[in-house]
Amino acid sequence: MSTPVIPDRANVAARTARETVQATGRGRDRTPGSLVFLGALWFSLFFGVMVLMLLIVSTALDGAGRFDGALLTNYFSRVRPEETGFRAGILGSMWLMLGTATLAVPIGIASALYLEEFADRHRWYNRLIELNLQNLAAVPSVVYGLLAVATMALLGFQVTGIVLGGAIALALLILPVIIITTREALRAVPSEIRFGSLALGATVWQTTWRQTLPAAVPGIATGTILGLSRAIGEAAPLLLLGVAVGVRFDPNGFLSAFTALPMQIYNMTSQPQAEFQTAAAAAIIVLLVMILGMNTLAIVIRNKFQKTW
Amino acid sequence: MTRTPKRWVIAPSIAVLALALTACGGQSGATDEEGGVSGSVAVDGSSTVFPLSDAAAELLAEENPDIRVTVGEAGTGGGFEVFCQGKTDISDASRPIKDDEEAPVCADAGIAYTELQVATDALTVVVHPDVEVDCVTTEQLAAIWGTDSTISNWNQVDPGFPDQELSLFGPGADSGTFDYFTDEINGEEGVSRSDYEASEDDNVIATGVAGTEGAMGYFGYTYYEENADSLKALAVDSGAGCVLPSAETAADGTYTPLARPLFIYVSNASYTEKPAVKEYVDFYIENLDAVAEVSKYIPLNDEQYAATQATLAGITG
Repeated sequence: MSTPVIPDRANVAARTARETVQATGRGRDRTPGSLVFLGALWFSLFFGVMVLMLLIVSTALDGAGRFDGALLTNYFSRVRPEETGFRAGILGSMWLMLGTATLAVPIGIASALYLEEFADRHRWYNRLIELNLQNLAAVPSVVYGLLAVATMALLGFQVTGIVLGGAIALALLILPVIIITTREALRAVPSEIRFGSLALGATVWQTTWRQTLPAAVPGIATGTILGLSRAIGEAAPLLLLGVAVGVRFDPNGFLSAFTALPMQIYNMTSQPQAEFQTAAAAAIIVLLVMILGMNTLAIVIRNKFQKTW
Repeated sequence: MTRTPKRWVIAPSIAVLALALTACGGQSGATDEEGGVSGSVAVDGSSTVFPLSDAAAELLAEENPDIRVTVGEAGTGGGFEVFCQGKTDISDASRPIKDDEEAPVCADAGIAYTELQVATDALTVVVHPDVEVDCVTTEQLAAIWGTDSTISNWNQVDPGFPDQELSLFGPGADSGTFDYFTDEINGEEGVSRSDYEASEDDNVIATGVAGTEGAMGYFGYTYYEENADSLKALAVDSGAGCVLPSAETAADGTYTPLARPLFIYVSNASYTEKPAVKEYVDFYIENLDAVAEVSKYIPLNDEQYAATQATLAGITG
């Protein structure tokens, strides 16, 4: 009695597969029309990924001669173009990210908390804020440069090409992203947690601060870091601020003059000397590695703190 | 949930903002601390002059790293705009300041300045290496680049030129090179035919001309020098015979009208009041030959250099 069990099982599996195919219509997928469509989907995927890969590989090959320590530790050099480096740009970009995060993260999280946990959605001003936020996310980055120039003038700064100026521009640029992702993260926290906390006698503030916000940290961190990795590659708003390119000292504070990596790359690609173009290609890879590092950090944070309910 | 007083949200965000701003207020630009000259120098302006001012900054940094020089490249016009607001100490320019538009702004702001010529650039007309033409006259260039020009074949320029399609590459209208070329060749600044491949990046023009049969383009001499193996420079005849662009012909003045002077504009107040600016400018002019060599521009001839030195010596508050 027990011997036919195994073939039976196989039969069942085959039958189930056949039935599934019939039930889902998968078996009829192989009409010419659907094959063409499937081909188009594959082509789109292939095209997007291939173009990106090609770009990265060709850039890496262009810069292959310059993956050395001098690229990171030397300043931009015209006297010895073959040893030119991006020290000022790399450190400048790091300071810039520090400044941007300091400005954008608290304001962004606070705004999102207000809109999600406290705001009365029926008030016209809250709806107006929402509408503005969605529009702000689509504004070209150059406009934020102009906005930062105006803000710096209001704050009384004569010179706008300093870390603070760049940080204001980039913070404005990524604020909508941070606010939107933080709101998503807060929304993903089950309301049972809030209700439970409130039922135990906690105030709304205590509930938000001790329950909702900690539970939303992975989402907030991911959104913030993705926002920062977009900001680090921006050159256009910095150009408008008059950020210099020829800088041969390390920035030493938020009021220090500086240069950023994307600006140096932009400048070097238009120089006539082939050495600079090689160095620029190598610097593009450095920038990509920095962005990749930030994205990895985002994934690590998300995985480490992620909760399931 | 929505009944909580809103100040709980506003207060921390304001506190954070205030904290962020005061934290920034801690440090400020370094000024004279030790015995040697230190301080900051702000330079902005023409992207053509950028390599010169940048090379001077690098050479100076090797001797005195305490002077923090920042060199920007906002363009000649953009440079004068911030210079006349007193935001920069020195403005790089690939053309003289405009007497009707820019100079009055500086005058209104009370900014007195001194113009110093620092090097010479030779705008070079280049063609694809297979084009069998060696020399063009300025009239022919004007015919090719004029606003209503319809020339699309080399033999339309001169019957003696080959029967070959002529494609054009050149800088875009925002470029100082474009301004200078149109002014000298077409007689009025900014006037040019517009149906050519325009790019703000001279490397794109170089690649375009090198890769297109029968192509012509123009840009600064440095870009020709770097691409001399894939491009051919045309000699220009302005009435006194064909002259090839070179360091010698540009310096001795025979390569006309496309040799152009490059300037820096120094704010007199910055020069006399800020030791770092004085140090930088003095160093720049003193080592002008080395600066021009490093940045691959054509150095001034003796007469021009003497004039620049004399002007520099005359700067007073």
